[in-house]
Amino acid sequence: MKIRTLMLGWEFPPFISGGLGTACFGLTRAMDRLGMPVTFVLPRARPFRLSAGVPVAAGSSENLAPPSLFQHIRIRPVAAEMRPYVDPSVSSPAGAATLSPDTSTPERRDESDELSGRDNYGSNIYQEVERFAEKVIAVAESEEFELIHAHDWMTFPAGVALAAHSGKPLVIQVHSTEFDRSGEHVNQYVYDIERHAMHAAAKIIAVSNYTRNIILGRYGVAPEKVEVVYNGVEPSQPHETFVRHTWPMQTDKIVLFLGRITMQKGPEYFLQAARKVLDKMENVKFVMAGDGDMLYRMIELAAELDIGHQVLFTRFLRGDDVDKAYQMADLYVMPSVSEPFGIAPLEALRNNVPVLISKQSGIAETFRNALKVDFWDINEMANKMIAVLRHPPLQELLRAEGHKEAFKFRWEDSAACMNEIYHKTLGLA
Amino acid sequence: MASVCFYFQVHQPYRLRRYTIFDSNAEYFDEARNAEICHKVAQKCYLPANRLLLRLIEEHGGRFRVAFSITGVVLEQFRNYAPDVLATFQDLAETGCVEFLAETYYHSLSFLFARDEFVEQVRMHQQLMQELFGQTPCVFRNTELIYNNDLAQEIERIGGFKAILTEGADHILGYRSPNYVYRPLNTQGLKLLLKNFRLSDDIAFRFSNQHWSEWPLRPGKFGQWINAINGNGYVANLFIDYETFGEHQWEDTGIFEFLRELPGEILRNPDNDFKTPSEVVNSYEAVGSIDVPELISWADTERDLSAWLGNAMQHNAITQLYKLGDIVRRANDPALLQAWRRLQTSDHFYYMCTKYFADGDVHKYFNPYASPYDSYINFMSVLDNLRSRCGRSGPASTPSQKIATVPEERTQGGRSETPAK
Repeated sequence: MKIRTLMLGWEFPPFISGGLGTACFGLTRAMDRLGMPVTFVLPRARPFRLSAGVPVAAGSSENLAPPSLFQHIRIRPVAAEMRPYVDPSVSSPAGAATLSPDTSTPERRDESDELSGRDNYGSNIYQEVERFAEKVIAVAESEEFELIHAHDWMTFPAGVALAAHSGKPLVIQVHSTEFDRSGEHVNQYVYDIERHAMHAAAKIIAVSNYTRNIILGRYGVAPEKVEVVYNGVEPSQPHETFVRHTWPMQTDKIVLFLGRITMQKGPEYFLQAARKVLDKMENVKFVMAGDGDMLYRMIELAAELDIGHQVLFTRFLRGDDVDKAYQMADLYVMPSVSEPFGIAPLEALRNNVPVLISKQSGIAETFRNALKVDFWDINEMANKMIAVLRHPPLQELLRAEGHKEAFKFRWEDSAACMNEIYHKTLGLA
Repeated sequence: MASVCFYFQVHQPYRLRRYTIFDSNAEYFDEARNAEICHKVAQKCYLPANRLLLRLIEEHGGRFRVAFSITGVVLEQFRNYAPDVLATFQDLAETGCVEFLAETYYHSLSFLFARDEFVEQVRMHQQLMQELFGQTPCVFRNTELIYNNDLAQEIERIGGFKAILTEGADHILGYRSPNYVYRPLNTQGLKLLLKNFRLSDDIAFRFSNQHWSEWPLRPGKFGQWINAINGNGYVANLFIDYETFGEHQWEDTGIFEFLRELPGEILRNPDNDFKTPSEVVNSYEAVGSIDVPELISWADTERDLSAWLGNAMQHNAITQLYKLGDIVRRANDPALLQAWRRLQTSDHFYYMCTKYFADGDVHKYFNPYASPYDSYINFMSVLDNLRSRCGRSGPASTPSQKIATVPEERTQGGRSETPAK
């Protein structure tokens, strides 16, 4: 039987600021291809248009999906202002729901705010999360579904409320936990939401065993309740059109960091390793692509390490610029302190860039043709960066074998696993 | 007549320690780990197996006979870490029922990359056999049974050898059987003994495999397979890693009981006997010549060189290593020469193998590294340091390599290691 799913997400193309939107899109698109009926409820602050060009008013309840894009997926926007990630340059993030690069003047965040609160979420996000829950219940009145699937903590309260209201089982998917995002300084409010939802849910899907272990160890969940479903990568080959122009020089080697510049992503380890690389080699440039609350600190750190002239900060990249950044790189590095899965390395490999990833990631537990390093081991990180830059056979083999292996992560497989878990949850398996 | 010809390979490499581009001392090898592995394998395999062989030779009044090929690098390690193992090998040599074969001292691929070095390593190994076991080997086996026509001609040029052992690969034999004695193509006095890989692998690989239709393998059954050779050949060449006994096949699989009972089982049939390789050569005429234009080995399902030279990293590492030959010799420093030679041991390149999926299980089991990439990076860091040391201590300083962007090390790296002998 076909199980109709009401899915609660918070990011969807073209509104993407991080891995979560990519994952939601990849997964639902594959579910669509497998004929799994899904209604995707998406918080949106203002009107937007999907790729088919149909303008949609925020809060409109009509079926959004243009036939060319989806057969079995409907998207229902709900007016809300939730954003998963915070821009470094915006002091009141919840006020601006757009995910496009901000036009507001960059402005240092108050130091005391950073030290005390570690509040990544903005002031009225909690209110928004509650309001979203109310709206979801209202929207669901006009929907028919057998199962609820919620992605990450902001939609968990809505999922829990709707499950209680409708009597339908709740499956939650954990793309990251508060411990990944905040280390040991967890936001108690967010942790409580996550924990409550994990205990209320019928099933929990973790994006890796790495994340599953956190769920078991930190949230006290019974092991049999948590399943692992890996993410995928889009099968299409990106266009290789990019030609390197003036800077960095053609002869320069380029090492790329691409991701949010936040504590979770380990940007300072990248820079410290860069310092060590430059002790041994010249003609290497380090590119840091992304925004985040540690951006300015990292610019300062590069200067302090006296490598400011060798490090290029691009800010947040989108669309073709992301592929261009990958294609100019000789090596992609993901030095994450805690990475539940890690789609970015797969995207780098799709673009034929070899990867060096931290062992503190979900992808490291299953991917073979990558170099791996503990995020804190900057000596080894630098050692491996140098090896890739100096030894073409190593670079070539990591590139070729990694590229092949990356395409083994198929969203169709993730969607098929999901389908099985849905059936199990409903006692149909 | 069916003769059983056992040859056991004994080898342990000098494993490298973790070495990065930021390291600058001359300690390349992981002494603690090598000692630990040596002790472990001695307890599980070498000592119990040697004692068992001594008993069997005694019990059967010399009718049970075997051959060993023991590398120079493992004998050095026995001397340093497990002298009791060396002593039991010497006891075996004294029985007169054990033959020691020749190979490259460093278990290297030097035949493929540096002929002079190859000849030197073969001679070094012969001398060591004479010194430790009182025998000068007259049968040669190349590292991993790597072989082609060219090798046979080289061995004949070196002189003093009666035969070479190699793999009885299907694609060189065609319809012919490995159970006869052959001649290498275009040689005068040499013979060729070919591994019966089915019977050998029944013991070495399949012995404990419960999914194998012949499991469990008992000496009686194996004896019948040997008996079946009578009339269809002269000899069953059982060439296996000695570590099969107790290390690859654990004691609880019954591998030692199998070995204990096998000689009695074989000798129950008066048509059977045990012969060492040179006895086989002396007893049987060659029935024809074998043409092996392409290199073969005993490894993996391909029986080729892809386990050591299957990818670009392996080629790069090994060609860079042999390129250092000249400056290493010119440096005229025994410690440098020894380090360079220990790096030639084929295991270092085996660890870089990326053929994971079919043969991968065996490779992973023997690999001290988390990935082939890590092993290549480690090896290349060591090589960098070795190169920089040659540049410093050599009488004629070499021009700085393009690759050596590494600044001069801060510490003095020329400290010499204990020489082999």
